[in-house]
Amino acid sequence: MRLFARLHDLAGAGELTRDVSEPATVATVWSALVNDCPALAAYEPSMSVAVNAEYARMHAAVQEGDEVAFMPPVSGG
Amino acid sequence: MPVPFVAVTPAPLDATALVAALSECGSRDGAVITFLGLVRNHNLGRAVRFLEYEAYEPLAVRALEQIVREVGDTWAETRLALHHRTGRLEIGEASVVIVAASPHRADAFAACRYAIERVKQMVPVWKREHFEGGDVWLEGATVPADDAEARATARRIACG
Repeated sequence: MRLFARLHDLAGAGELTRDVSEPATVATVWSALVNDCPALAAYEPSMSVAVNAEYARMHAAVQEGDEVAFMPPVSGG
Repeated sequence: MPVPFVAVTPAPLDATALVAALSECGSRDGAVITFLGLVRNHNLGRAVRFLEYEAYEPLAVRALEQIVREVGDTWAETRLALHHRTGRLEIGEASVVIVAASPHRADAFAACRYAIERVKQMVPVWKREHFEGGDVWLEGATVPADDAEARATARRIACG
């Protein structure tokens, strides 16, 4: 898993690994993360997600070894 | 090595090199517009010391490539180059450089404005503002990259 900006700070790490039961989706991975770090839950309505560096939705399937990214609202430029 | 038209890099941005790279592509251009986004010394009443930019690089590069394609779809003869910087940036340094080249100035201005609006909507880059007395991650937009309404908004802003 990759976590960015404030999500990184809240979780205490930008890269994490989790074992989840199959079949898994992005939502499954997110639930495991929120279980360990409840403060992240507030970001669920506003965050974007990606699987293997492609934008995805929460219901997207996740395979073993996939990189799932959780991103807060962007502020580039 | 040729300068790529799209990049996410910790290195200082070079607008002149980007203009030169884009200009090599054709002599049909009548206008080249350069936009530089700079780190300013104040924000929301706070005295800013410096900014720290973080990106999800592979996805950010794809998002910038998408903006280049969108510009090509909207202003057919206009070409775009777009670099975003990451890491610690001091006051006055450029965080983003956008160059638009076109046969006509109106299209080049519009494409440049469109591109920066799209960057702010959907490119996965974040800035942490370090100000006098603390620091804060800034959070702006959450727009899916394929959101048609967001594209239309950016186009309206660009076309005045």
